[in-house]
Amino acid sequence: MTTGTGGMALAEASNAFIYATMLTLTIAMVFFAASFASGRRPSTAKVAAQASAAGTGSDSGPIAVLDRPDGSSSLDAGRRLANIGMSLTWLATGLLTIALVLRGLWAGRVPWGNMYEFSISSAWGVLVVFLAMSLRRDLRWLGLFVVIPALLTLGLSVTVLYTEAAQLVPALKSYWLVIHVSAAIVCAGAFTVAASSAGLSLVQSRREASGRVWGGPMASMPSAERLQTFTSRIIAFAFPVWTFSVIAGAIWAENAWGRYWGWDPKETWAFITWVVYAAYLHARSTAGWRGNKASWIAIVGLVTFLINYFGVNIFVNSLHSYAGL
Amino acid sequence: MPPMGTGGFLRWAWRQLTSMRTALILLFALAVASIPGSILPQRGTNPLLVDEWIAEQPTLGPIMDSLGFFDVYGAPWFAAIYLLLFISLIGCVLPRVGVHWKALRSQPPAAPRHLNRMSEFTEQQVSIPPVELIDEQAERLRRGRWRVRTGSTEDAVWLSAEKGYLRETGNLVFHLALVLVLIAVAVGGLFGWRGNVIVKEGSGFSNTLTQYDAWGGGRLATADTIPPFAFTLDDFAVEFERSEAQRGSPRLFEATVDLQREPAGPVVRESIEVNFPISIAGTKVFLVGHGYAPSFIVRDSTGAVVLDDDIVFLPQDGNFTSTGVIKVPDSSPQLGFQGIFLPTSALDDIRGPHSAFPDADDPSVFLSAWEGDLGLDSGVPQSIYSLETEQMEQIGLRALIPGQAWEFPGGEIEFTGWQRWASFQIAFDPGKEAALAASILAMVGLTVSLFTRRRRLWVKARPAASGSSLVEVAGLAKSEAGDVAEDVAQVRSSLNEDERRDRP
Repeated sequence: MTTGTGGMALAEASNAFIYATMLTLTIAMVFFAASFASGRRPSTAKVAAQASAAGTGSDSGPIAVLDRPDGSSSLDAGRRLANIGMSLTWLATGLLTIALVLRGLWAGRVPWGNMYEFSISSAWGVLVVFLAMSLRRDLRWLGLFVVIPALLTLGLSVTVLYTEAAQLVPALKSYWLVIHVSAAIVCAGAFTVAASSAGLSLVQSRREASGRVWGGPMASMPSAERLQTFTSRIIAFAFPVWTFSVIAGAIWAENAWGRYWGWDPKETWAFITWVVYAAYLHARSTAGWRGNKASWIAIVGLVTFLINYFGVNIFVNSLHSYAGL
Repeated sequence: MPPMGTGGFLRWAWRQLTSMRTALILLFALAVASIPGSILPQRGTNPLLVDEWIAEQPTLGPIMDSLGFFDVYGAPWFAAIYLLLFISLIGCVLPRVGVHWKALRSQPPAAPRHLNRMSEFTEQQVSIPPVELIDEQAERLRRGRWRVRTGSTEDAVWLSAEKGYLRETGNLVFHLALVLVLIAVAVGGLFGWRGNVIVKEGSGFSNTLTQYDAWGGGRLATADTIPPFAFTLDDFAVEFERSEAQRGSPRLFEATVDLQREPAGPVVRESIEVNFPISIAGTKVFLVGHGYAPSFIVRDSTGAVVLDDDIVFLPQDGNFTSTGVIKVPDSSPQLGFQGIFLPTSALDDIRGPHSAFPDADDPSVFLSAWEGDLGLDSGVPQSIYSLETEQMEQIGLRALIPGQAWEFPGGEIEFTGWQRWASFQIAFDPGKEAALAASILAMVGLTVSLFTRRRRLWVKARPAASGSSLVEVAGLAKSEAGDVAEDVAQVRSSLNEDERRDRP
C-alpha cells in the first residue's frame, strides 16, 4: 500500500497540497491583518448615515458586525481586504481537504494514524468550523485569529511532526477510530475558534472599560458582550460533541483494553477538558461570572485540550502513546 | 456570615452547597484534583513505577503515598470533591424538577403591563378587531407548538405564549443521568473484577482465581461470578513493520486459542485480537500484551536435568529487549540466572546489549549465573522476575545463541530456543451497560437542552379607529442563545399578511 511509484506520487502530491495550503493561508493572513489594522471607526457622519440606513434599532450599534449586513453599498477598504482573506481561506480549506484525501489514499485508510495526520486534520477542523459558522453570520473580523492558529498547527505539523504514511498499529484498527477521532477533530476546531473569540472579548472588554472609544484596530470588532455570546454559542455546540467523543472513546477503550475508564493520562485530560467546559457553561449562568471570567475559562479549556494533545502524546507514558511522532 | 442556630446554619449551609457558584468551584476543584494522577505514576496502572518513585524520594515519597497521590482517583479527598459535587447537583436539580413539573402543567404567565420594556418590541396598526386578531395569532402559534394563554384587560386583549420547555427538561435529564452514571460506575466497582494472566504458546489457562498472575475485585465481588471456562494458547502471531517508515511498529497481534466455554463443553478454535475480545457469560477476555519466553535446559554436575522450561521474560522497550530470571532450586547448590533476551541482537558502548528490532530475527541471551541460596524457604514471597542475590555468589557471565550451551563449574545451561507468550486481561463489569445507557441519556439530554431556545412572546391588541387594532408584539429570550427577534418578526409578517388579505 505504501510502496510503488503510484504511492510515492500520492505522497508528494499530498505534501505539495499542504504547502499550497500554507502559502494560501499566509496570504489570507496578510489580508486579514491589513484589514484588522485598517479597522478604525468610520467618521461620525458616516456612522450616523449607516445607522439610519441599517435601521436595525437602538442596540445593534453602528457596526452590526455579527449579523449579515443587508446590502450596505459602501464597503470600506478594510472590508474589501477581509473579503479577499475570506476567499483565500475558502481556497486554502479546499486545498487542505485535497491534501487529506490524498494522504488517506496513500495510506489506504482514514488519515488519522499519527500525530502529523491528527494535526493537519485539526487545522482543517479549525478552518471548517470557522467557515461553516461564517455562512450564517459575518465573521470577517475573526479571520485573522483563526488563520493564525491553523497556520501554526500546519507549520508545526510539517516541521516537527511529519511522518511517512504507514499502516495502522493494531490498537488503532477499529471503526471507532473514525467515530472517536472525527468528533475530536471537530472539537479541536470549535474550541480553537471559541478561545480566539474569548481572547478578543477580553481585549475588547479592557478597551471598553478604559473608556477610550475611538481608534485602534479593536474598534471594528464586535462589542465584548457580543463576543462573549458568540463564544458561548460555539461552546454550546462543541460541548455535546466533546461529550460524544469521550463516550465513544470509552466504548472503544472497553473493547480494546477491557475497561471503559481507567484514568489513563489521555482519559484524565479528556475528563479535565470536559469539566472545564462544563464549568464554562455554568459560569455563563452564574451572576458575576458571565463576562471576563467565563472568557478566561474558555481559554483554559483550550489549554487543557492542547495539554492533552501535545503534552500527553509526547511527554507522558500513556496507553495512547501509539499516536506516533 | 452564617446565621446563628443549628437549623438556620444547616439551611444556610445547604443553600451554599447547592448554589451555582459552589458547583462552579467544585468543578474547578475536580479538574485540578485530577491533574496529579496524570503526572505521577498510579498504583492502579503502574505499581512498579510507584515503588521506584517512592524509593527515589525517601522523604517526600512516603508522605505523598500516605496522602493518596499514587492512587488519586481512589483517594478520600478526590472522592470528597465528586461526592460534594453530586450532592450539590442533586440539591440543585431536584427542586428544579418540581418547579419544571409545575411549569409544564401550567399556563404561561399573563402579559405584563408594559411590553415596550422587553428586549424585542414592535408596534403597528392592523385593520382587524382585537379579539379576532388575538384568536388568529393564538391559533397560529399553537400550530407552531407554542403554549398559548389568552386573556383581556379593560382596554386590551392579549396572548402570552411560551416555547422551548425541552431546554429545562433536557437539562434536568442530563444532570440526573450523570447521577445514574455515577451509580453504574459504583456498581461496576463494587461487583466487578479484573485479572491478568500470562500464557505461553502451548500452555493452558483455566478461569479460577489461583491461575491469575494478578486479580483484583470490588468489595462485593465474589468468586462465583467467575465463569469456569478454559483455553489453550495455540499460536500467537505477530508482525512488525519492516519498511523504513515507522520500522518496528506493530502491524498484527493475533492469539489463536482453543476455547472451552464450559467444563464439559466442546473445544472451539477462536481468535483474540486487540480491539476484538471474546466474551463468555458476561466476562470478556482481552489481548493486552505479548513477549518472549526463552527455553532453557539446566543440568547439574552429574549431568542430570534439573530444569527444562520456557521462562517468561518481560519486555523493557519497544524492540522487546527483555529481562527475566531463571531459578533452579533443585540443584545443589541452588543456581540462579539473571538474563537479558534480545530478539534481534545488537551491542553498542552506550546501551550495551539491546535489541534492534522487535521480531526474533537474530535472538541471543546474556546470562549472569549465581550460585548459593535462592532464599525461597525464608517465607517471604518472591517475585518470579527478580533474583535475591544476598546469599549467592556470582560465578560468571556469558552470551548464548540458540543451541549453544555454557558449562560452568557446577553444571551446564543450554539455550534451546524461544517461544512467545501473550498476556490477557479478563474482566467482568456488571455496571458497564448501565453506564453506557446513562451516558447516552446524558448526552441526549445535554444536546436537546443546548439546542433548544426557551422564549416568550406577547401580543397585545387595543381597539383603534373603525374596527382596527393597535398591536404590540414583544419577545423575551429566557435562555442564553435564545434569539427571540426571529419569532417577533414572524408575528409581524403574519400580521402584515392578514392586513393584506383583509383589504378589499
